Amino acid sequence: MNGPVIGKLAAGCLVIAAALAACSPAHQGNTGVYMLLDTSGTYAQELDKAEQIIRHTLSRLQASDSFAVARIDTGSFSEKDIVAKTSFDDRPSTINRQKRLFAEQIGEFVDNVHSAPYTDITGGLLQAVQFLNEKGTSRKTILIFSDLKEDLKDGYIRDIEFDLDGFQVIALNVTKLRSDNLDPREYLARLENWQQRVEKSGGEWRVINDLDSLEGLL
Amino acid sequence: MSFLLNITPWPVVSALLWIVLVVAALYFARPTAHRAIRAAAGTLHRSLRLASLAVGKTEAGLRQRNREVLLAAGREAKERVIEREFDRVGESVRKDLSNYAGLHRSLSDSIDRIETDHQEAVEVPPDPPGWVKAVEAVAKIDTREGRVGIGNVLGDIHKSLVKAHQEAMVAYREASAKRHTLLHRMRPEWRQIQQTLGHVRKSVDSLLHRSVAIDRHMQEYEDIVSGQDRAISVLSSSSLVYFFVSALVLAVAVGGATINFSLIARPMAEMVGGTSVIGGFRTADIAALVIIMVEVSMGLFLMESLRITRLFPVIGALPDKVRVRMVWITFTILLLLASVEAGLAYMREVLLQDELATNALLRGDAGGTTLSGQYLWITTAAQMGMGFILPFALTFVAIPLETFVHSLRTVLGLAGIACLRFTALVLRLLGNAFRYLGTLAEQLYDLPLFIPLWLEAKNGGSGKTDGPALRGIGT
Repeated sequence: MNGPVIGKLAAGCLVIAAALAACSPAHQGNTGVYMLLDTSGTYAQELDKAEQIIRHTLSRLQASDSFAVARIDTGSFSEKDIVAKTSFDDRPSTINRQKRLFAEQIGEFVDNVHSAPYTDITGGLLQAVQFLNEKGTSRKTILIFSDLKEDLKDGYIRDIEFDLDGFQVIALNVTKLRSDNLDPREYLARLENWQQRVEKSGGEWRVINDLDSLEGLL
Repeated sequence: MSFLLNITPWPVVSALLWIVLVVAALYFARPTAHRAIRAAAGTLHRSLRLASLAVGKTEAGLRQRNREVLLAAGREAKERVIEREFDRVGESVRKDLSNYAGLHRSLSDSIDRIETDHQEAVEVPPDPPGWVKAVEAVAKIDTREGRVGIGNVLGDIHKSLVKAHQEAMVAYREASAKRHTLLHRMRPEWRQIQQTLGHVRKSVDSLLHRSVAIDRHMQEYEDIVSGQDRAISVLSSSSLVYFFVSALVLAVAVGGATINFSLIARPMAEMVGGTSVIGGFRTADIAALVIIMVEVSMGLFLMESLRITRLFPVIGALPDKVRVRMVWITFTILLLLASVEAGLAYMREVLLQDELATNALLRGDAGGTTLSGQYLWITTAAQMGMGFILPFALTFVAIPLETFVHSLRTVLGLAGIACLRFTALVLRLLGNAFRYLGTLAEQLYDLPLFIPLWLEAKNGGSGKTDGPALRGIGT
């Protein structure tokens, strides 16, 4: 009498174990976003707009997504330049708390930002690639909030190939410099140059200058 | 193809030659071809007819089974109705008969009191006045003895008479007053008797009505037991009505369950995480669904334990003590689950407000879109109330579910019968179609052979066909 009962219990346990084995965290559909903020020269004054974009991005991110914001300064290939970073929990209340904390950190950064003398966009991009690859998110997006005018300090070697396969690189608020106004070809050439670098590395390139239409950002 | 026309130097002659050859070949092969066509048509006809008969037999079997299912279901339902009627009668009789001793005593006491009062109220005839004898004595006094003193005597008599009259009147009035008092005292007794008899009449009327209903149900039960067609027809139509009504109620219940699901799925993510999946579905959704399913199951068990439904005979057959224990256990689990749901509904509201506040903060519109606190409790209370009530409301799903399950058997049987009947008809039609197609094929075969056939007929019809195409084919 006990034999069949034990057998049925064992079978039940196996089924439950199989179900539990099938129960796994789903990180397959998560998104990783790394945003680079240009703090060089007069562009630092544009950071209020960057804060708006960050808030928008935060409102779009969900459980198990990752988000990091880093500044672009003289040497951006450094973890020290990361202003705020988080990987969202899978509990809604914790996610909300994380979002509020993140927004606070960014607010503080924007209020106390100091202008950087040089602009190392390539270093920041390398750091972003490294960060997102480490997070292993299925969608990887790098937002570059900059005028895309790279200005490297002597001794910094940035003639490096990227591996941007599976990455989407979006340039935001690419403002025109005074020299661009004199010769628009400079501006166009700058955009063209970055597009070629990104696409050559296997990434997807987009430019969004109209910050009122951020719906298609993520 | 052109080489066919080149067998002679003249294409027309070649063509004619071919026609003659083909017609001749067809003519000589005609009996064999006709037999082949007939055999093929007959085989198809017989096969399809056999298939039709087989389907017809299956349909008859299914009809018989459906009939038995209907009768069994009807018998069971009627037994339950009759059983309940008898229970009610039994309850009524038990209630009334248990009071009968008190009722009888009350009536007897009332009657005794009335009788006593009546006895006391009987009018006592007044005593004959004492002066009658005196009058007689006076009347007997002879005149000779002198009637001198008669005047005095009569005067005394008169006085006595007046006095006696007055006393008698007083006594009479007293007696009458006493009688009236007694009669007055009888009135409540009469009323009480009237009320008691009214109750008795009501009980008897109720029993009579129930007995009429039982007679009717018994008659229907007998019809079902004897398997009368009328009973089958009534049961069949009732079954269809029950099926559609229960399906409608179940659809409403599914709507309720969906609302319930949406109430608890969101806060479930807070408990089990919002990203883990089982078999492609979110664990939070599955957990919410499981809670609802457990509630429905508990509701089913509760209804079974209360003997309102009879989906699980094992539960119905449990001893009363165990069954009552099961009622309490299932009710307690249901209550706990309802409380959990109310808590989750509260949690949902909290999470929702938290998310709204966060989104407002991210938009730079802190506190601009959320409801103010004085109205917030309404939605919170409404959600908690729904979370608590819906599990109990879902309990009653057991009743339409039972009806649906029972009527589904009959409806499926009816649908099966209709399908089989249609299939049999189609097969029969196809069989007949092939039979006539065989005839048509024979006629078409003969069409190009009209010249040799005409010649044959003219020469006495020596080469008759093997008879009509339909010969030998079973009908």
